[in-house]
Amino acid sequence: MKKNLKYNAIWLGIAVLGWVLINVFEGVGIIDQFAENTLVLIGINIILATGLNLIIGFSGQFSLGHAGFMALGAYAAALVTQAIPTEGGFVLGTVIGMLLAGVVALIIGIPTLRLKGDYLAIATMGAAEIIRIILVNLKITNGPAGLYGLPQLANWSLVYILVVVTTIFTVNFIHSRNGRAILSVREDEIAAESMGINTTKFKVAAFVFGGMTAAIGGALHANYIQTIAPNDFGIMESINILIIVVMGGIGSMTGTFAAAALLGILDMILQGFGALRMVLYSLALILIMIFRPKGLLGTWEFSVKRLFNRNKKKAKEGA
Amino acid sequence: MQILQQLINGLSLGSIYALLALGYTMVYGIIKLINFAHGDVYMLGAFWGYYMINTFHVGFWTALILSMIFCAIIGVIVEFLAYRPLRDSPRIVVLITAIGVSFLLENGMSYLFSSSPRDFPQAMVMHRYHLGSLSISNVQVLILVTSIVLMILLQLIIKRTRMGKAMRAVSVDPEAAQLIGINVDHTISFTFALGSALAGAAGVMIGLYYNSIDPLMGMTPGIKAFVAAVLGGIGLIPGAALGGFVIGLVETAVQAMGFSAFRDAAVYAILIVILIIRPAGILGKTTREKV
Repeated sequence: MKKNLKYNAIWLGIAVLGWVLINVFEGVGIIDQFAENTLVLIGINIILATGLNLIIGFSGQFSLGHAGFMALGAYAAALVTQAIPTEGGFVLGTVIGMLLAGVVALIIGIPTLRLKGDYLAIATMGAAEIIRIILVNLKITNGPAGLYGLPQLANWSLVYILVVVTTIFTVNFIHSRNGRAILSVREDEIAAESMGINTTKFKVAAFVFGGMTAAIGGALHANYIQTIAPNDFGIMESINILIIVVMGGIGSMTGTFAAAALLGILDMILQGFGALRMVLYSLALILIMIFRPKGLLGTWEFSVKRLFNRNKKKAKEGA
Repeated sequence: MQILQQLINGLSLGSIYALLALGYTMVYGIIKLINFAHGDVYMLGAFWGYYMINTFHVGFWTALILSMIFCAIIGVIVEFLAYRPLRDSPRIVVLITAIGVSFLLENGMSYLFSSSPRDFPQAMVMHRYHLGSLSISNVQVLILVTSIVLMILLQLIIKRTRMGKAMRAVSVDPEAAQLIGINVDHTISFTFALGSALAGAAGVMIGLYYNSIDPLMGMTPGIKAFVAAVLGGIGLIPGAALGGFVIGLVETAVQAMGFSAFRDAAVYAILIVILIIRPAGILGKTTREKV
C-alpha cells in the first residue's frame, strides 16, 4: 500500500499538472474556444472508448452497440436537466443514466454474451438500433427531432475530472481480482472456466461496466453540445468509438488516449478542407490500419512504476 | 388477397437483400471478414448503371451486365489494395479497414457527384398487371426472376466448376488448400468478384424499382443484408438467400400492419431472438468445440 502510494501520488501530480497546464494555456490564449471544443470532444471520446476497450480489449467480447448506452445516458441527463437545470440536476441525470444503461446492459448481456465473435457484434448492434428506434418513436424524447436548448452544464474542467475518474476506476477494475478473471476469459474461455471462473458473470460484468461509462460520456455530450437527436447515436457513432479503440491498440488504455487525441486533432485540422474532409479522414484510417495493424501502441501501457524502476536500475548500473 | 399482395412486395424486396447477403456470406465464408464496404459496391453498381443508361443510352440488360462487370473489377481492386496487405492481421483490424473503405467510397462519391439523390432513368416502362385485386408490376417480376436466375447460376458456379471447388476448399481450410496447389489469393479475388457482381446487379435493379439513387443508399441495405446473412447462417449460400427473403417479408409485413416506424426494430428483434435460439443461424450447424 505504502509502496503504491508513491506511484499514485505521481499519477495524481500528472493529472493536476495537466489541468493546470490547460488552464494556463487558456489564460494565455493558446487554447481558444475552437481548440477547447476539440479538447472536450476528445475527453468525451476517451470516456466512451475506455469503456469499449474494457469490453473488447480486456474481456475479448466484440460489441458494436456502444452508442446505444451512450444514448441512454444522454437522454436521461437531458430530460433531468431540462426539469432541474442545475449542477445537481446534471449529477442526478448522469446517475439515472448510468443505472439505466447498467440495467439495459444486463438485460442485453445475459442472453447475447453466450454468442461468440461476430454474432455477438451483430446482436449488440441490433440491440443498440432497437434503443435508437424506440427513442425515435417515444413522445417524451421528442421523436426524431430530439431535444434541444439543453442547459450547458458540462465544461472542459468537468470533462477532464470525469476522464480522470473513469480511467482510475477502469484501470483499478482491470487490476483487481475480478479484472484478472476477465482477462483470463479473454485469453481462453475454456481454460478460465475449468479454473472455476464463472465466465458469463465476468463477461456480463465487463459489459455492464462499459455500458455505464458510456452513459457518462453520453450525459456529458448532451450537456455540452446542448442538442441531441436519436440519429447522433446510430451505428456510425458505435463505429467511431470502435475505431478509436482499434486504432490505439486493442487492450491498451494509453493507446485509447493517444488515438482519441490523434483523431480529434486530425478532425480539427481537416475542418478547413470542407467536403474533402471525410475523404481524407477515411484514407488516413485505411493507411494507419494497413501500416500499423496492431494499432498505434499495440498493447503497450505507459507506467510510472516501470519508468521509475528503469531509472533506478540505470542509476545502479552507472554506480 | 391483401396478404398475397404483401407477399409479392416482400419477395421482391427480399430478393434484393438476398443478392447482397450472398456477397457478404461468400466473403465471410472465405476470409471471415464482415465486408462493410459491400453495401457501397452496390451503390457504385447503381451509379454505373445510371451513367451507362444516361450517357450511352444502352438498354436495361446491357446496363445490368456492364454494372456487374464494373462492380466485379471494383471488388477485386478493393480486396487487392485494402484487404490483401492485412491477410495475417487480427480480424478486427481488417474490419476497421473495411469500414474505412466504406467511408471512402461513400464520401468520395458524395464529393465527386454531390450527395443529393438523382432520378434513375426508366430504362424499362413500368407496367402493372392486375389479377383480381392483386397488382404486380413487371419490374417486381423482373427483380424476382433475375435474382433467382443469378442465385441458381451462383450455385452452379460453386458446385460444378473447378474455381467453385477451390472456393469451397479455401473456406474450409486455407492452408490445406494451398498445400494441394490451390492459389489462395486468386480464389479470394474470384470470390470478391462474384459477390460484387451480384451487388452490382442488385444496385441497378433497386435503382429501377425505387427510381432514386444517392451515394449513401448502400448503408442501410448493406447492414440489413449482413443481418440477413447472419440470420440464415453465415458462410452458407442457401442461408443467405433464405435470410434475405425472411428479412424482406418481415419488413413488408410489419409495414402492412401499420407499424412502419418499427420496421427496422422488428428486423433486429427477430435477429436477436433467432441468434439466441439458434446461435449459428437458421440453417447453420453448431460445431462443438473440442478441448
